[in-house]
Amino acid sequence: MESQAAEVLPRIPATRIDAAAADRRRYMRIVEHVIEGWVRLTALSAILVIFLIFVFVGKEALPLLWEHPEPGLEHEVVTLDNLLGPTHYPDRPSRFVWQPVSNVPKYNLAPLIVGTLKTTIIAVLFASPLAILAAILSSEFAPRWLREIIKPTIELLAGIPSVVLGFFALIVLASWLQEALGLRFRLNALNAGLALGLTVIPIIFTVAEDALTAVPKSYREASLALGANRWETATKIVVPAALPGIFAGVVLGFGRAVGETMIVLMASGNAATTTPWITDSVRTLSATVAAELGEVVFGSPHYRVLFLIGVILFVFTFVVNLVGDLWVQRLKASLEGSRA
Amino acid sequence: MKRSIVLNLLTLAATATLLATSALAGSVTVKGSDTMVILGQKWAETYMKKNPDAQIQVTGGGSGTGIAALINGTTDVAESSRAMKPTEITSAESKQGGKVKEIPVAIDALSIYVNAANPLTEISLPQARKVYTGVITNFKEIGGPDAPITIYSRENNSGTYVFFKEHVLQNDDFDPTAQTLPGTASVVNAVAKDKNGIGYGGIAYAAGIKALKIKKADDAPAVAGTLESAQSGEYGLARELYFYMFPGKSPAADAFAAWVVSPDGQSVVGDVGYYPLKK
Repeated sequence: MESQAAEVLPRIPATRIDAAAADRRRYMRIVEHVIEGWVRLTALSAILVIFLIFVFVGKEALPLLWEHPEPGLEHEVVTLDNLLGPTHYPDRPSRFVWQPVSNVPKYNLAPLIVGTLKTTIIAVLFASPLAILAAILSSEFAPRWLREIIKPTIELLAGIPSVVLGFFALIVLASWLQEALGLRFRLNALNAGLALGLTVIPIIFTVAEDALTAVPKSYREASLALGANRWETATKIVVPAALPGIFAGVVLGFGRAVGETMIVLMASGNAATTTPWITDSVRTLSATVAAELGEVVFGSPHYRVLFLIGVILFVFTFVVNLVGDLWVQRLKASLEGSRA
Repeated sequence: MKRSIVLNLLTLAATATLLATSALAGSVTVKGSDTMVILGQKWAETYMKKNPDAQIQVTGGGSGTGIAALINGTTDVAESSRAMKPTEITSAESKQGGKVKEIPVAIDALSIYVNAANPLTEISLPQARKVYTGVITNFKEIGGPDAPITIYSRENNSGTYVFFKEHVLQNDDFDPTAQTLPGTASVVNAVAKDKNGIGYGGIAYAAGIKALKIKKADDAPAVAGTLESAQSGEYGLARELYFYMFPGKSPAADAFAAWVVSPDGQSVVGDVGYYPLKK
């Protein structure tokens, strides 16, 4: 359009400048398109990478379904029964057994799932109250200077390598706990869960704190104007309004705790038990993969089962995050709906 | 996939054997026990340094793999941490001709340890089996104090784990409460910290732990694990490691095997954590 105008009125120099500007604008628009496309591609590539990882892990595990054992190795075949059923013994009670290196390998996943749930739940139960209370303190009550100490310090926790936390739990925390509680097993689910909680605290704190600060100032002002004190405002107005965000933090922390490997590998004792006690040693899904994948025979049933564990971990965290996300959205919608 | 790798290895070994009989008169293939791979490689390294024209190739795969390769004529020497079965010997001899020779080359020994404060001094192998399978859960049942036993074991990728499982547990399963640790040092450390702990591993001496004397049966004499008792076979947690081969088939292999059992070859054994043979 503008270039046509330039042709119609060739003798006016100002339009020529306009034309040059138009050209530049068109050029900028193309550049913008390219950049936008590039950004979109980057975002998509992240999804693609996740998808490909899932395909790879699944591809290594799936042959379990149809692979036939070599002659003479029929007892090594993996069935649903030996993935989930107990092993029977002549001289002692039946048990769920994870012992993949054996004359008759036992690939029972129950102890590993129980172990993962135990450490994860302990971690979340330990971390959530601390992290949420710290977030409420930081966003509602702390003066500015205190807030500026609390926030970066807790966030610094996330920067500690998990191997360092694992080492701390292995050497120091385990001895404290054993002495204080008179425990039989030095390395146990409680010990690993508490150390795991330290990695979860900054995640819950950060997300919850963001959610609390994001609550509009008008809520607080309205509450205070109606005569509520700061404590009532915080607990009855701000926290309920930020609840979806706080919940999202807990769910993210849960997902992190399920996948965390180094700490549980070092601090949990790695005994594949199915007892309900938190002071018994446990073996988690992630630690099992980490400990065994390095030496396993490539393509063997044991190798496939380790990849199956990878699939389980992947699907589990995916479902947890998805459910958490959907729940948060529904809560948010109802909250906004009631406000309208 | 696994089969094709095995096939490749077999082809490789076969080619190596062919080469051994033709141009490279000094080439020897050694195959078998994973327990012995590091020991075999150490021997090969030292031997090749002293005899630059010798070519020794050492691969693992397990004692069974090595013995199968010997039967099929695809290796010169089979390394094995168990004795060859009579059926395997007949099958090898009928297939390859000649006589199979068993050569003990080193001794592998383990200890069972408890915390230094534990008054227990000995344990029989049947008792150890019951402790590690979870049938016995209190030290008083094996003549110790009235205290629950905490058992420490190794990760299942370790050769020590397999030896203990075969030798002491008779291939039964470990109790699920057995805590698995990544190395002998971690087991020693854990038992030193836990007054009710029991663990097993290579013969080690460290503060805070005590190696138990071993009784082969409940009524057998208790024997401490030493170089002498391991060599004489009195110690219940020692086993011989073997070379199996057809003497006279490959002069280079004969020379290598002769060097391995010589004082020169035996001096290497201690470096990788095993006991040398009795002189």
